[in-house]
Amino acid sequence: MAEVKFTLKIWRGTPRHQYFEEFEIVLIHGMNIVSVLMEIQKNPVSKEGKRTTPVVWEMACLEEVCGSCSMLINGLPRQSCSTLIEPLLHETGKDVITLAPFSKFPLVRDLYVNRDRMFESLKRVSAWNPIDTTFSPEFGPTVSPKEQDSMYTESTCMTCGCCLEACPQFSSSRHFIGAAAISQVKLFNSQPIGSLLKGERLTALMDKGGISECGNAQNCVAVCPKHIPLTESIADIGGEASRHAFKLLFGLPN
Amino acid sequence: MQKETRVVVVGGGLAGLSAVIRLCELGAHVTLVSVTKVKRSHSVCAQGGINVAVNLKGENDHPHIHTYDTIKGGDFLADQPPVLEMCHNGPHLIRMMDRMGVPFNRTSDGKIDFRRFGGTLYNRTAFAGASTGQQLLYALDEQVRRFEVQGKVVKLEHHEFLRAVMDENGTCRGAVFYDLFDMKIFSLRADSVVMATGGNGVIFKYSTNSTICTGAANGRLYRQGVKIGNPEFIQVHPTAIPGKDKLRLMSESARGEGGRIWVYGDSSKTMNAPDGRTIRCGETGKPWYFLEELYPAFGNLVPRDVASRAIISVVDAGLGIDGKKQVFLDLTRLDTHTHHKLEAILDIYEKFTGDNPRLVPMRIFPAVHYTMGGLWVDWPATGDPDRFTRFRHMTNVSGLFACGECDYQYHGANRLGANSLLSCIFSGFVTGNEVMWYTRASETGPLTDALFKNSEVKEEAFKQELLGRKGKENVHILHEELAGIMVSHGTVVRSNKGLSHAIEGVLEIRERFKHIELGDKGNHLNQTLQFANQFEYMIDIALTILQGALCRDEFRGAHYKPEFPKRDDERWLKKTIATYDPETRLPKITYEPVDVRHLKPVERDYTKATKITPELTNLPAKIPLVTELDYGRS
Repeated sequence: MAEVKFTLKIWRGTPRHQYFEEFEIVLIHGMNIVSVLMEIQKNPVSKEGKRTTPVVWEMACLEEVCGSCSMLINGLPRQSCSTLIEPLLHETGKDVITLAPFSKFPLVRDLYVNRDRMFESLKRVSAWNPIDTTFSPEFGPTVSPKEQDSMYTESTCMTCGCCLEACPQFSSSRHFIGAAAISQVKLFNSQPIGSLLKGERLTALMDKGGISECGNAQNCVAVCPKHIPLTESIADIGGEASRHAFKLLFGLPN
Repeated sequence: MQKETRVVVVGGGLAGLSAVIRLCELGAHVTLVSVTKVKRSHSVCAQGGINVAVNLKGENDHPHIHTYDTIKGGDFLADQPPVLEMCHNGPHLIRMMDRMGVPFNRTSDGKIDFRRFGGTLYNRTAFAGASTGQQLLYALDEQVRRFEVQGKVVKLEHHEFLRAVMDENGTCRGAVFYDLFDMKIFSLRADSVVMATGGNGVIFKYSTNSTICTGAANGRLYRQGVKIGNPEFIQVHPTAIPGKDKLRLMSESARGEGGRIWVYGDSSKTMNAPDGRTIRCGETGKPWYFLEELYPAFGNLVPRDVASRAIISVVDAGLGIDGKKQVFLDLTRLDTHTHHKLEAILDIYEKFTGDNPRLVPMRIFPAVHYTMGGLWVDWPATGDPDRFTRFRHMTNVSGLFACGECDYQYHGANRLGANSLLSCIFSGFVTGNEVMWYTRASETGPLTDALFKNSEVKEEAFKQELLGRKGKENVHILHEELAGIMVSHGTVVRSNKGLSHAIEGVLEIRERFKHIELGDKGNHLNQTLQFANQFEYMIDIALTILQGALCRDEFRGAHYKPEFPKRDDERWLKKTIATYDPETRLPKITYEPVDVRHLKPVERDYTKATKITPELTNLPAKIPLVTELDYGRS
């Protein structure tokens, strides 16, 4: 069978010094974006035959469970480990795949961005169960299989940032906290022990950059690699936040 | 007022985070250093579950039976007192994880559900979908974030450990790191340093491990005189999806929930069964469920080393699917409810292969998965006269502790499925307790800036030397070659000839590594420099694996050498200790006895079994809980 080649066109470099560089790759069945970047490490030569530096990107698990390897692939935020080359070439009918770093987080280098802001947001909404001590003579309260099912789904959020990259309201110059953290509020407010901080979390979401800044574009849910029902979370928490605001206004008990 | 205890924890997987939580609870100030965001640590890849004998299924399960299964699963190479205490702490730790909010799967009445795993006859494995490790890690990560907000923890993510700093008495007083964004080298002072840096699967490249699991931290410490225990014991998981960049795990829970392994039979062929029978390889053209026939009692749920060997012999007999190195793992007969419980892993399979495993059997093959060996750590047993004069989970260097997969404890010659999550959390908590006692008991002298400066200078010199190397070699290509050697000679089937040959091959790679040239010579997030620095020490660990295996002339757990087809307790019921010899730059191998005080070694048979309550001997009067305030001191 004839060798099939394709081009990986990468928007790379450092802040304010970004440029496109192309690499020509021989297609192997089963390849994904990460395995191609690994091939380039072994022989970092561009399509024009110029020796260059290996491409820098973030990776760890390679099975779409750690959230490291997010990037823009043909303009869409995705996990690069689980993006297979062949279907992508087939879908677009082109022999070029474009990679770029996320645009809404500070660039570190090439495809590597700094997503610290997402972890700071988890602090802001107290995304934890406030247990008193680790000493545990008893189990926690019982949970129905149905409740567990939705908690599990929300809890698979790997802080990859796809939902934020896709969101028109989220950017480096704006304050909107975004879908990932709002969905964590839904998760912890639904936990028996977590719900003890329900009020604090809703209050945090009423500040600047909070839930009211969601523009309901619904891009987040479309790109979530874990299929978390982010827009449902936003709607639920939006309703709760309004009721909470009303209670605060009139000094009603929570 | 007592001086605040300052601890550096290196690694933020289950073990590291557990240690941090315990240290914070006990009032220490912790700096947590990790090569990645701790939420992205390799613990996320653990799928199937966590073993705890709480007996919620009315099977009369008991921590003693869990202890028995773990010791037998490890082929009697694990020291028994720590195994006993881990199994007894299991029920307590699962209640803690429940209170932290881990979304464990539930029974109809809202209790935690349990499934069966390999090497046991009991439903003892709690699980959260098919990404239990991820869920446990997130719960611990959340608690650590809470301590971070309270100012008790400072995280240094995207930083890498380079060496421990030892004073003139050989006591660990801190460590040297670099910032992976600007490659700047610096040191941190600490009353204790805790290593929790995980396993070394990436030495084999094609493994189920994350790309960060290089084992380099262990190699760096080994060079500094820290002992490595049982390095030759590497677990090969029987079921992984073959791939070009990594071999993705297909959890044991797939079989725990009823998945069956098969190939098309060939009645013209025969195989030797473990009970001495010669059996026909099924009926030609029909599915042959070989594990069920070879091991009637445990079937598809034999321990991992047993399943991996069986799959490899079936494929070697020419029965691989389509003549390739693959067998079927069949989940097509399971109902939708069960498929839903396994959704995370079924999705992974579908995403990476394009086949829907609900409709067609998965094609799988064994892959390197877990590092049983690792940093040697101490364990004074409960009730022993020296219990409170030595420290659990301390390495042979005072003030340097290790927990989780990077240590050598609990799993002996083979780890049972779903025991790793328990051992990581348990050992992290133990370490947190012991570090506090150690820092209170130890009298250390004043520190000088020169001590740290000298250590930094050594690392700076090595960095500059790597950046200055000139030659034709590429470190990533050398890595592939190293992996090729390690997979061929250091995994499921080993031979003395092959191992000697492999050692020569690795030494040749070490020589060629001097002639690498880095494709990137900058100081800005230089991942090539980072990997080259790690590779230096991956070679060391590779040599400990091979040398330990070459010396051990017997068959025990994951270490199978057909030349020596039997376990030989008379000669080999002992733990391998590898220390670095600076003269030869090779490992020096010595041995230590195994503490078998609770259970006399018996034959490790999985062809037949009945549920019995084992009689453990020499039990301590009371086993302390790791979350008790004084951890058994009073």
